[in-house]
Amino acid sequence: MPAVSEGEIVAGELRWGMFVALVIAIIFGTVVWSAAVMQRMPPSGGGVIDPKTLHLSAEFSEANLGTAVGPHGAVFVRVVAAQFQFTPDCIVVPAGREVTLRFSSPDVIHGILIAGTNANTMVVPGYVSQVKTVFRRTGDLMMPCHEFCGLGHSQMIATVRVVAPAEFKPGPDGRAACAHG
Amino acid sequence: MLTVRRLTLAHLWVAFATFGVAVVLGVWQMWARSPLPAPWRGPANYYLSVTAHGVSMAYVLTTFFIMGFGYFVAETALQRALPGKTWAWGAFWTGIVGVAMTVASILSGRASVLYTFYPPITATPWFYVGLVLVVAASWIWCVVMIVAMTAWKRENPGRPVPLAMYATVANAVMWLWTTVGVAVELVFQVIPVAFGWTQLIDVGLARTLFSWTLHPIVYFWLLPAYIAFYTLAPRAAGGRLYSDTMGRLSFILFLIYSLPVGLHHLFMDPQHSTGFKVLQMTLTVLVTVPTLLTIFTVPASLEIAGRLRGGKGLFGWIGALPWDRPMVLATGLAFFMLWFGGFGGVINMSLAMNAMVHNTSWVTAHFHLIFGGTVVIMYFAIAYEIWPTLQGRLFASTKRLNLQLWLWAVGMMVMTVPWHILGLEGQWRRAASFNYADPRIAAWGPWVVVSLVGGLILAASAGLFIVNLASLRRGTTGTAPPPFSYAVAVHPPTRVPAILNGFWFWNLCVLALMAAAYGYPILHGLALHAPGAMAHRLGGG
Repeated sequence: MPAVSEGEIVAGELRWGMFVALVIAIIFGTVVWSAAVMQRMPPSGGGVIDPKTLHLSAEFSEANLGTAVGPHGAVFVRVVAAQFQFTPDCIVVPAGREVTLRFSSPDVIHGILIAGTNANTMVVPGYVSQVKTVFRRTGDLMMPCHEFCGLGHSQMIATVRVVAPAEFKPGPDGRAACAHG
Repeated sequence: MLTVRRLTLAHLWVAFATFGVAVVLGVWQMWARSPLPAPWRGPANYYLSVTAHGVSMAYVLTTFFIMGFGYFVAETALQRALPGKTWAWGAFWTGIVGVAMTVASILSGRASVLYTFYPPITATPWFYVGLVLVVAASWIWCVVMIVAMTAWKRENPGRPVPLAMYATVANAVMWLWTTVGVAVELVFQVIPVAFGWTQLIDVGLARTLFSWTLHPIVYFWLLPAYIAFYTLAPRAAGGRLYSDTMGRLSFILFLIYSLPVGLHHLFMDPQHSTGFKVLQMTLTVLVTVPTLLTIFTVPASLEIAGRLRGGKGLFGWIGALPWDRPMVLATGLAFFMLWFGGFGGVINMSLAMNAMVHNTSWVTAHFHLIFGGTVVIMYFAIAYEIWPTLQGRLFASTKRLNLQLWLWAVGMMVMTVPWHILGLEGQWRRAASFNYADPRIAAWGPWVVVSLVGGLILAASAGLFIVNLASLRRGTTGTAPPPFSYAVAVHPPTRVPAILNGFWFWNLCVLALMAAAYGYPILHGLALHAPGAMAHRLGGG
């Protein structure tokens, strides 16, 4: 039995306790820094909406879905996530500009991620989910439903077409859609 | 004299038999998701299988193992007969009825809602009623544990409750708090919809209530592993527990910090404000403290053993440890997996970085490493440790036991390293199959096959585990084991402050923290009166 007095044990535990406090401070500091300085915030505060009449609402009626550029140049995308497809199932967005994506569901829980980016949110019926992001690279990105929504979950996948700013040409009504074909 | 022998064995066999079936289902699921041709493919079979795998591993294996081990600890640590054995058997059969109802519901194909439910998708009501019965059985266990400790304290005034029992009761108390969330969700929201009494469900509120349960439930599963770290591993290694007080503090910290943090599962949900997400994230950072204390105290205890065995130098004591003893080997492997799983967990709980991995295979990898790795390997080690006492004779050799533990750890790493990589590449969760014809997905194929190989290694390990236990039977010849004992502290406590010998004060702390962390989110959810979603009943209705 190595000679260890009770005092030595308490001192050892206290020294380790201080180290633990330091580790915690570093973890917490990193998280707060990334959230506050890099402005990475979770989706919150999108508002509530009635899933039963989603298609009749001003925001998520069929004519208002897809990409739209506001009068001040802000890019908004509105998508309905429903069993088992997104509407629209292809959205076009410009690279290098802030894009606000808004989602809602008329039926069950869905979720989205855009592969290769940090765009990620749950889509909960009764609520609007809002994600702001800037796409850096052009190309066709996968946007699958990432939450179990029923037997067709695995087939529920949309495309986010990120185009160079010069190729992003919204129509006179400010709307842009994926070219067919 | 062990009076809980049959009670413990009944619980553990239910746990391990269910576990054996669930492992096979898990392997098939990985096969179905791989580019290789798999039999019985299709979403209906896949989600039925995922539901059965999740329910078996998360609710049946854990609950029955923890109950059985708890009865064993109550009798061996307190050295007095377990009170309320009739109640304990009643709880067992209640749980069995619940499991039977749940299994029948799943097999009917009308309960493929996974073990985390996802309302407004609604299973047959008997699925939920069965699970409520399993939880009710565990509540009886909690009461039996508290009664056993209280009775011992009355007979031994002023003496410290043995650490193994103190920790077991900490888990029972935590579990009573934990189950409130899911019980309220099921009884007041989901079951009325499932029976057709109501048609609408507030999904945001349901998710909030489930999150109340979703984090501490993992600590409920984890604490038996920690009980083994503190009270079995040091003794098995031939050493002493470095500090009894640190053990008590760790279990108390688990009780108070594992509860008010569930909102970190909802970082990506729209129904909560950023403020409460930040508050619960901060509390989540603190839940790493008991684990960080443990990774000091337990290795310090093992170091004592290593030096007693002649280990020299800064690290020489590690090589001197008796790695041929399953409990020592499992502790080492569990710490190894805890390191990787814990690192992944710190990423998950980061408000911003979570967006990178939420609902990708990264998360699946994380909880398979922590639960399937760290926790379940310690369930194996605990079973190997107590089986000789239960069966009245020692294992003739530990070779096959150690082989099984090695296979499990290797299989778990081979399975989860690819999942971490795929998660970072955006592979989403809960897909029954992938379209490998898509060039963006085709590159994932080889990694998915590697993870399947890991799964096959795990299945081999699970089979060997069952064989190992079944081969040690009572009444056959062999060496009788010494009386069961727990690790003794370097300085065994003769008295501890009342605050470290009971739970009243800590329950008040939990109450205050839960009111702060969940009071507003739940009241706000109720007051907001978000429009309900229509029930989506499986099988019509």
